[in-house]
Amino acid sequence: MTSKTYQLQTLTCPTCATKIEAAVKKMKGVEDVQVMFNASKVKVKFDESLGDGKEVKKTIERLGFGILGEK
Amino acid sequence: MLRDSKFQRVLIAGVLIIIALALYQVDVRLHITDAFSLSISDLLMIAAAVAAGYPIAVNAFQAIRFRIVGIDALVTLAVVGAILIREYWEAAAVTFLFMLGDYLESRALEKTRSAIRSLLELAPDTARVLRNGEEVELAPEEVETGDLVIVRPGEKIPVDGTVTEGNAYVNQAPITGESMPVNKETDATVFSGTVIESGYLKIQADKVGEDTTFARILQMVEEAQDKKARTQKFLEVFATYYTPGIIVLAAVIFILTRDIPLSLTLLVIACPGALVIATPVSIVAGIGNGARHGVLIKGGEIIEKIGTVKVIAFDKTGTLTEGKPRVTRIHSLGPSEKELLRLTASAEMYSEHPLARAIVAAAQEEGITDLAEPENAEIIPGQGLKAMVDNQMIIVGNRKLLHESRMEIPAEIEEYVSTEEAEGQTAIIIANAEKILGVISIADTIRKDAVTLIQRLKAIGVKKVVMLTGDNPRAAAAISRKLGLDDYYAELLPEDKVRILEELQQDYGTSAMVGDGVNDAPALASADLGIAIGGAGTDVAMETADMVLMSDEIKKLSYAIGLSRATVRNMKQNIYFAVAVVFILLAGVLAHLVYLSSGMLIHILSVLAVIINAIRLLRYKEKVG
Repeated sequence: MTSKTYQLQTLTCPTCATKIEAAVKKMKGVEDVQVMFNASKVKVKFDESLGDGKEVKKTIERLGFGILGEK
Repeated sequence: MLRDSKFQRVLIAGVLIIIALALYQVDVRLHITDAFSLSISDLLMIAAAVAAGYPIAVNAFQAIRFRIVGIDALVTLAVVGAILIREYWEAAAVTFLFMLGDYLESRALEKTRSAIRSLLELAPDTARVLRNGEEVELAPEEVETGDLVIVRPGEKIPVDGTVTEGNAYVNQAPITGESMPVNKETDATVFSGTVIESGYLKIQADKVGEDTTFARILQMVEEAQDKKARTQKFLEVFATYYTPGIIVLAAVIFILTRDIPLSLTLLVIACPGALVIATPVSIVAGIGNGARHGVLIKGGEIIEKIGTVKVIAFDKTGTLTEGKPRVTRIHSLGPSEKELLRLTASAEMYSEHPLARAIVAAAQEEGITDLAEPENAEIIPGQGLKAMVDNQMIIVGNRKLLHESRMEIPAEIEEYVSTEEAEGQTAIIIANAEKILGVISIADTIRKDAVTLIQRLKAIGVKKVVMLTGDNPRAAAAISRKLGLDDYYAELLPEDKVRILEELQQDYGTSAMVGDGVNDAPALASADLGIAIGGAGTDVAMETADMVLMSDEIKKLSYAIGLSRATVRNMKQNIYFAVAVVFILLAGVLAHLVYLSSGMLIHILSVLAVIINAIRLLRYKEKVG
């Protein structure tokens, strides 16, 4: 089980937050997603099938949110 | 600003719309079929809609790929619909306003988050470390515990550590919110993120990187700003039903009446933007304001609770008092006060007893440097000590010690000692072989700002303020009287504190427990609200408490309550306003008074109004009067 936090570009609408949450939650292997609207961060917990989370990152980016960093 | 692609699009769309409006009367038409032609103005409007609408459509498609219908999808659908029914001006205006609104919202939101961001920017970025006798510059997270770090004036301390050399004035505002610089010498504890104003320090690193107090505060603040208030959770549920509800309504109206403009307008207003953003913006501004003033509030729900506190229980030692006994009065019967203090301090020089430490500290404060070396010191546990100072026998202790040394205590001394004790002081009698020389009173002193705090708490409507202590009833009564507390509970064990808190909660309502977190963790956890004071440095307190006052300034508590109330007020204003906008907009649309572009305009203005209202919170100050 890995937990990663992605720093996104400033989130401006709370509905974008729900968008990311819904999309990432649908991914196989994702256990938990938490979008922090004010901090503009996404915390994702996923299992080994997703490796280091490259796919998670791609999903977020494909939704149109730039990722500034990850931890 | 011009590099911002969003802003560029807004600008281009705006210019196109202006030209289109200017050329409105020009009747040059592009004939596509015999029945369908577009004027120059129409073409420009479409161009504007495409310029501003492109990113909206892209976002919409990206979301739809994941089967999510967001506001972008609704707006895109409305705009495409508007073009199909030849409402080119509406299509251009809706996209232009949406993008402009998005841009302005992000600028305004940045402002609400600025307080917390400025805190993040305080993180130290370099550390100078002594390695093999040479100074090396490293990133703060590369420092290892035990390393010696050198910090010069104007530089940030990059680690939590202990001073091993040097002397400096340190500005601790980032951690504690205190504006006055604090003097730090050898053995003092220093925190990462604080700044040396003058002087120089060599520091041994105890905690580095993520483990430092500063890093942990940042992490807690970051998490706190997204911990939702109860109202917010409710509103989000409302929004999840409202949006699909309006979409269904739009579809039903379309099927029943074929009123396409009305259906499209409904899509534009289907997202209650102001309502969804109403609480998070207030919370981030409120928590940001607190963090800048040394008050760490852990989330929206806590803010809602703090404002409703009815009864506050304080721990005594270390919370209402400084937790360090100090000499409060010297009553001399023969020698000067200074001489009495010198003799006593000399006798006590090597004693580790807290009362002895207080006497030696008082001598130092008085500038007494010529302490004599005590000889044949004999400590009598529970009574005091005897020692030879300057070739005379000095007896320092309580009544019992004097009785055992066969010394008479005159009635007036006995009376003096009793009055001192009734005031919560510990009275120590000093004598030589022949007679009593004087009495020194020692007490744990009340914090300077405690009296003001209690008054303010009452003034802002806290019904009952009490003290819980493990100390004896005499000392508790004295402090309670001096502070003007409503009540006190003495000789308590930790489990008694928990029980009393439950009782207070039943009798008065929301309860808060304020403690330094060292020995009242269970009480902090069992109160509705656990508030830790002097949190910087004590890990347990920072973790368990709902709110942390970073410095020792206890008066920050009334600031925190005022700020929380202001935040809740701000949140309510936002919610009432946003709810009103939702219904007025819906009614306006259904009554055909609001159309696509005006619907979008009202939507955007309401969102901006809510954010700007929240920004006011950043300037909140306590009204003292």
